[in-house]
Amino acid sequence: MALERSDVEKIAHLARLQLREDEVEGYTQTLSDILALVDQLQAADTADVEPMAHPLDAVQRLRADVVSEDNQRELLQSVAPAVENGLFLVPKVIE
Amino acid sequence: MEWETVIGLEIHVQLATKTKIFSGSSTAFGAEPNTQACAVDLALPGTLPVFNENALRMAVMFGLAIDAEIGKRSVFERKNYFYPDLPKGYQTTQLAEPVVGRGHVDIERADGSTHRVRIHHAHLEEDAGKSLHEDFHGMTGIDLNRAGTPLIEIVTEPDMRSADEAVAFARTLHSLVTSLGICDGNMAEGSLRFDVNVSVRPKGTETLGTRTETKNLNSFRFMEEAIELEVERQIDVLESGGEIRQETRLYNGDTKVARAMRSKEEANDYRYFPCPDLLPIVIDDAYVEAVRATLPILPAQWKATFVEQYGLSDYDASVLSSNNVQAAYFDQVAKACGDGKLAANWVMGELAKHLNQHDTDIQASPVSAEQLGGLLERIKDNTLSGNIAKKVFEIMWQDGGSADEIIEAKGLKQVTDSGAIEQIVDQVIANNTKQVEQYQAAEPDKRGKMLGFFMGQVMKASGGKANPGAVTGILKQKLDALCD
Repeated sequence: MALERSDVEKIAHLARLQLREDEVEGYTQTLSDILALVDQLQAADTADVEPMAHPLDAVQRLRADVVSEDNQRELLQSVAPAVENGLFLVPKVIE
Repeated sequence: MEWETVIGLEIHVQLATKTKIFSGSSTAFGAEPNTQACAVDLALPGTLPVFNENALRMAVMFGLAIDAEIGKRSVFERKNYFYPDLPKGYQTTQLAEPVVGRGHVDIERADGSTHRVRIHHAHLEEDAGKSLHEDFHGMTGIDLNRAGTPLIEIVTEPDMRSADEAVAFARTLHSLVTSLGICDGNMAEGSLRFDVNVSVRPKGTETLGTRTETKNLNSFRFMEEAIELEVERQIDVLESGGEIRQETRLYNGDTKVARAMRSKEEANDYRYFPCPDLLPIVIDDAYVEAVRATLPILPAQWKATFVEQYGLSDYDASVLSSNNVQAAYFDQVAKACGDGKLAANWVMGELAKHLNQHDTDIQASPVSAEQLGGLLERIKDNTLSGNIAKKVFEIMWQDGGSADEIIEAKGLKQVTDSGAIEQIVDQVIANNTKQVEQYQAAEPDKRGKMLGFFMGQVMKASGGKANPGAVTGILKQKLDALCD
């Protein structure tokens, strides 16, 4: 499956990657190559293979519902670019 | 043309765990901003999620309560999108293998008939933080206390046909999750949030119309208003030859106005994939059975018991069973006094009135079920009249104590002894000669009405303690004797 330029632009937008105009061509090619490899894998018969959710053959350990974290706001906000009244400040977002 | 409304719901239920779904931060409501947001919740590099066993248990409880298939193996996936209240850049949720599969919830329509709403599935996921768009020098403030709060998202089939049915479903679900104790049910704080999918189609056709989704309705009233408004809008658009766009809408309950939020054509492609930080969750039959053993009596079961055992009306049984604590309280009162209808009247009347006035709930009621049951027993055996019982209740509410203690201390025992009542009646007749003359002069069929005056006088003279039934009989007999 070969990608179009517009596919690459859309994928880049979804991942919030800013590609230079002259980079788009290269990504279109290399991403298409990866998809070609996937096409090759698709040819394998997987009828008897259970889909894999995780490469480790193990199951999730559970944690008891007990508060273990105390308030570390001051420490955690010391690395934030902007804070006010205990809030993290970010560039304005409004739908 | 006649139109049919088709409604499906997605409900976000905040689970009443102490800590977050993947971290040990507290989930208590109302804390100072970001004081309950640890490194995991903030998605700092190097942190890893560890799944909360209580969130799993509560999700399984819900699944069992709606008679659903329980996913013996469920998988967390990443739903990728960028928004500042979601620090990881993805929401950890479930998609292909949710913890709760197909189930159903039976609702009751206004006419008393039952309607089954199918549940497509329910999955575990994390809540996002909150964005505050007030003016922070042109910036947005972010509070991540809510980020990582465990949710189950419940998705129904499009099985509702009116706003009324949707609201009935919402109410039933609310009482179910609160009775299970898996959600505090506080809609104003966002503990239960409804998204409604609405479409219309010509009556008699099968194909579903294009739907819109109205998000984040946090009261039953807003939900009803939003659905009615949207149905009206869609019919207007279609009847004037337009087309419905698939879009997300927001309803403002204060201004009663809805607007489109974003259209689905430009919607994000969420690029789900299994979360490599979390292993599959595997549970066995023993686990499921252990959870089943902890299920409380559910509203539908309470209701059936109240109708069958105590002969309550459908309405009374619905009200009393809507909340588990209230249902158990009522059941105890009814058992103690042996009269379900009397117990229902008091729990829904005097008790509810006091709880309301003091802005408290039944859990914190100063009058226990045992105390109220004891009081009603004394109405049953004629020790107290209904009015005096209200006084005793008032004292109980203020100062505590059992009915018998209060009756003894205040000398409130009802007078049923006919000799004592006759004495009072004679006195009242002697003291009110004018009214007696009027009674004598009246047409016999008008006299019944005039009895009220004498009743009042006798009750007053007895300090409210005379048995009203006995007083009526004796009064009538004595007055009528004067008329011959």
